[in-house]
Amino acid sequence: MNGLTFDIAHLLAGGLVLVSFMMLYQDRLFALINVFALHAVVLALSVAWQAYVQDAHHLYVTAAIALIFKAIVIPVGLHRIIQRIGIHRDIETAVGIGPTMLAGIGLVALSMVLMLRVTPEADPLAREDLAFALSIILLGLLVMVTRRNAVSQVVGFMSLENGLVLAATGAKGMPLVVEISVAFSILIAFIVIGVFLFRIRERFDSVDVGALDDYRGERR
Amino acid sequence: MTAPFDAVAAILLIPVGAAALLAALPNYKMSAGLNVAASFLTLLAALSLFITDRPQPGQYLLVDDLNIVFIVLNTFVGFTTSVFSASYIAHELDTGRLTAPNLRFYHAMYQIMMLGMNLAFVSNNIGLMWVAVELATLTTVLMVGIYRTHEALEAAWKYFILGSVGIALALFGTILVYMAAQPVVGEGTNAMVWTVLIEQAARFDPALLNVAFVFLLLGYGTKVGLAPLHAWLPDAHAEGPTPISAVLSGLLLNVALYAVLRFKLLLAASPEAIAPGPLMVAMGLTSLIFAAFMLYRRRDIKRLFAYSSIEHMGIIVFAFGMGGPLANFAGLLHMVMHSLTKSAIFFAVGHIAQVKGTQKIADIRGLTETHPGLGWALVIGVVAIAGLPPLGIFMSEFLVVSSTFARQPLLAIPLVFGLLLAFGALLLRLTGVAFGEPRGSTAPVEASYVPMYSHLALVFGAGIYLPASLVTWFQHVADILG
Repeated sequence: MNGLTFDIAHLLAGGLVLVSFMMLYQDRLFALINVFALHAVVLALSVAWQAYVQDAHHLYVTAAIALIFKAIVIPVGLHRIIQRIGIHRDIETAVGIGPTMLAGIGLVALSMVLMLRVTPEADPLAREDLAFALSIILLGLLVMVTRRNAVSQVVGFMSLENGLVLAATGAKGMPLVVEISVAFSILIAFIVIGVFLFRIRERFDSVDVGALDDYRGERR
Repeated sequence: MTAPFDAVAAILLIPVGAAALLAALPNYKMSAGLNVAASFLTLLAALSLFITDRPQPGQYLLVDDLNIVFIVLNTFVGFTTSVFSASYIAHELDTGRLTAPNLRFYHAMYQIMMLGMNLAFVSNNIGLMWVAVELATLTTVLMVGIYRTHEALEAAWKYFILGSVGIALALFGTILVYMAAQPVVGEGTNAMVWTVLIEQAARFDPALLNVAFVFLLLGYGTKVGLAPLHAWLPDAHAEGPTPISAVLSGLLLNVALYAVLRFKLLLAASPEAIAPGPLMVAMGLTSLIFAAFMLYRRRDIKRLFAYSSIEHMGIIVFAFGMGGPLANFAGLLHMVMHSLTKSAIFFAVGHIAQVKGTQKIADIRGLTETHPGLGWALVIGVVAIAGLPPLGIFMSEFLVVSSTFARQPLLAIPLVFGLLLAFGALLLRLTGVAFGEPRGSTAPVEASYVPMYSHLALVFGAGIYLPASLVTWFQHVADILG
């Protein structure tokens, strides 16, 4: 593999991690969704580049799904839903931005150390992709646990899923990648429809223990 | 091979066809009947796997001695639950908790869920297995939220988010297994075919396999309901319709467990990889003891039995983690007994909650006087699940404990402690519910007794006498599990 193709793949996958970091410090819902759209665009570019490098044409389908569905349809849909059912535009965070960023840096370092150590013999491109993908997955989880708002949890889950698609395309010749990305798109569509239909404005969890007991049917 | 009848295709295609029909049928009585009929046909097809020739393992599907046990158990409980569901649902329609369009959706989803679970069992491809588990999860999420109450939606949402995260981690693990296999097996579908993987596993990169297994155990373990990843389970059981609680506990947890077992075998085949056993033992014991403590504070009857499911999945994972012929045998037996008993308990609880109009334990008293049929079914079920002789669970728990004492006496202490704790909690609750001063409605109930009593009879029979052919079959499977 010549240096330039590798560098471009590296740049795109690294860019994805960077955009994941951008998600960590958004405190407005619309801004978060816009950052997610950017995440999906970078993912689409990265997958398309992999398709070109590996000469695997079916991956262009995955890239197209990422671009059309995740970068356009879902963000536009979410914008509409937020306006229609009047969700608070501010994101309530469970942990401050500073500690979250520090935790994020720690998670990325952890995944680099782990994945680069266990894959010394793998193809260098796949190896980098796996390490970046694990970082994106962990950052997505971090977004999910530090936000109290249902929509931002969904966005966190979607960015996590982008990491999985990156890992799946990086694993050379992996079958079912397209099918899996379709299955995930269906899953996400279900979640978004769920938010809309059930009008889930906030996460149900509350610091008020009395309310918790009530929800869980455990009150005497 | 020209088989006149392809059993594997049948157990997959019958649910598909039935789901399509059920989605179109407006009449709920007809659709409940069709649901039962389709589930029965699937069960027959599954049973025929014992007598017909097995198809050669292909790139996508596989039938071997291990998964036949799971498939037959799955379709059997699927069938009895559909019988129970028919009478349960009729009552829900009368009380107006569900409407006719809800039911159409419910029945179609029931068959799609059966498809997802059967597909997960027969898949020979780790990617396909993942898709099937996702399918089964999605359909159960939709059914848990079917009542549209605040609590039901909260439960469904929690299940959805936790289940999705679990399933995402499992997919990452699956990708890592592919990465480990790809240099040895070569690119393409073959590197995801389980029968190929297991043959070549010894030459896979052990470090990569180790990391993959951790992700798979966490991912599928979320779906098994292992502590500390169990948070979705009690809510999903308590707030959904009771037939779904029965299939969740009796079947869906087994599907995820089966996935964990397949990957455990893969790891065991690689001599340099970490032993998967200790990880599973640790998670199993944690779940057992945690759930046993949680049993004491439950006030909701479905939630009580949901925690009991966590406890029993803990025992089963512990047994498989110990490994060896005896512990594996005990684990398999325990899994079958737990599925049968727990679904029978949920059948009884479903009718009880309907007639009393509440799920609060405090408001349900003296059932053996007011509703002897249901009350005694619950008594037998709880006695069985608590592990009293002579029922089947006593035998499997006894085997787990004795094999642990023989090999790791120190591990047996927390195990027995957890079992006794859970035993105490269940009997404490049972006495009030079954024998206390009668409280609440005493209206007669139109219950379907056949499913619950047939399950209990099987559990009782297994506790008294296990047929020799069944024992040899289980021993054989236990040997495969290593």
